[in-house]
Amino acid sequence: MTALDIAAAVRGGTRSAREVVDEHLAVVAARDGELNACNLVMDDAARAEADAVDAAVARGEDPGPLAGVPIALKDNLCTRGVPTTCSSKILEGWQPPYTATVVERVLAAGAVPVAKTNLDEFAMGSSTENSAFGATRNPRDPSRVPGGSSGGSAAAVAAGYAPLALGSDTGGSIRQPAALCGVVGVKPTYGLVSRYGLIAFASSLDQIGPFATTVTDAALLLDVIAGHDPMDSTSTDAPHEPLLPVVDRGVEGLRIALVDELVEGEGFQPEVLDAVDRAARALEKAGATVDRVSVPSARYGLSAYYVIAPAEASSNLARYDGVRYGLRVAGDDVATMNARTRDAGFGPEVKRRIMLGTYALSAGYYDAFYGQAQRVRTLIIRDFARAYEQYDALLSPTSPTVAFELGAKSADPLAMYLSDVCTIPTNLAGHAAMSVPYGTGEGGLPIGVQVLAPALGEPVMFRVARVLEETA
Amino acid sequence: MSRLTRADVEHVAQLARLALTDDEIEHFTAQLEVILEHAAQIAALDTHDVPPTAHPLPVVNVLRADEVRPSLPRDEVLAMAPASEDGRFRVPRILDAP
Repeated sequence: MTALDIAAAVRGGTRSAREVVDEHLAVVAARDGELNACNLVMDDAARAEADAVDAAVARGEDPGPLAGVPIALKDNLCTRGVPTTCSSKILEGWQPPYTATVVERVLAAGAVPVAKTNLDEFAMGSSTENSAFGATRNPRDPSRVPGGSSGGSAAAVAAGYAPLALGSDTGGSIRQPAALCGVVGVKPTYGLVSRYGLIAFASSLDQIGPFATTVTDAALLLDVIAGHDPMDSTSTDAPHEPLLPVVDRGVEGLRIALVDELVEGEGFQPEVLDAVDRAARALEKAGATVDRVSVPSARYGLSAYYVIAPAEASSNLARYDGVRYGLRVAGDDVATMNARTRDAGFGPEVKRRIMLGTYALSAGYYDAFYGQAQRVRTLIIRDFARAYEQYDALLSPTSPTVAFELGAKSADPLAMYLSDVCTIPTNLAGHAAMSVPYGTGEGGLPIGVQVLAPALGEPVMFRVARVLEETA
Repeated sequence: MSRLTRADVEHVAQLARLALTDDEIEHFTAQLEVILEHAAQIAALDTHDVPPTAHPLPVVNVLRADEVRPSLPRDEVLAMAPASEDGRFRVPRILDAP
């Protein structure tokens, strides 16, 4: 059942939220021993929340647009009094003193959180193997990774733990796992969704967004979480145009283009490129025009990203110093205590990025690395602006390949980073993009096609995605 | 770009407050070198008249009204710290004894 159907049935009194949540918790119990998508299953809290929804319906009240809909939450979203770990030993056992705005909003809309989901530690990774609590497996083929960093949320939706999930996307961490698990994943425009209570990785890139099994369900969830929040100074005060009423408007007359730089180069599986071509033809058949366009500087996105994101991370993660949260390893003086705590608490990928970022920001290298990456970021924004003068939306693969085997890229950080080559430019530009399942490739595994749109271009992006979903 | 040395990595680890083991230093020296080489692909781009972008939104100095509001519950915050005392975070000695 889709989220839309569940909410309609619960609001109409034909199904109880309790029955819905019990069914989903049974799926979690049956499959999570193998998949390890959940850091925490919130059985009791979920049942209590569902009972409250049912009580509201019985009183004649409307619990909201997500009435009784189970939802999974990436474990970097703060939930007051409920452990929030970022899949890191450094935060093990820590319980936030406040709740993230997005979680408050889904609760106020009647949703029922069922689990906190696994991720690459502090959202750094593309496979959910960098978790202190063990890797998550792909529900479509448990010998494969689910993608990352929001691999737990993607797997939870793909396996039927919940029809909806929340993730965060800094360089592709919603879209890439959505593609690899065969679900819909959305990276909204930077600033459209409040990040208050999202544990920061790279603040100029991070954005929270939905996972769903259908494009319409993703629109439903984004409509609930979008909008200005005074608690997040980077949240935009532009009014959010509701997506649900426009998703079915089709693509007649829209101008769409494939991005040259995101379909060329090494490492793309032929089945993935075929899927993008089929998607383009389907959009033409539905009344859009589809061309090719060059966004020349997009080819430098990965290099710029692997300076900017680690630089911001090295600053954001300075707060894990053994003083205020979680782990402390003793030392005779403060500096020793800090350094020992951080070495014991962080995993290898997090340390690698902190080291990279610290290096890129250090005296003598700042301008050559960080300064240059920031200027390249400007070039990328300018090139996209030029493309969007001619086109309403752009198209590319989400990931160059289908899901890979566990362990296949763990020893080679750069090979792992390359799985985000198509998704990173959107984060650097602050734009919107989403992944829609489009057929299967090697091993019968799902392929995702990426729809890109300019800042606040979600209405057009969702219309394109909806047509793709119909023709997949 | 000049080669990354073990001494560079030790220096950066100290700046980053990471007490890395010998093995970690060796690993990172090799891995960071490869990643930095990839990052250096952008070094050759001509950007002399291009302004930097630090942030994708054109917002500056977002302020709220200067009103007293409740802050986080102190006891709940301190309960989650590794050590606290008298309503404060407790840390090892910072200053030398007089």
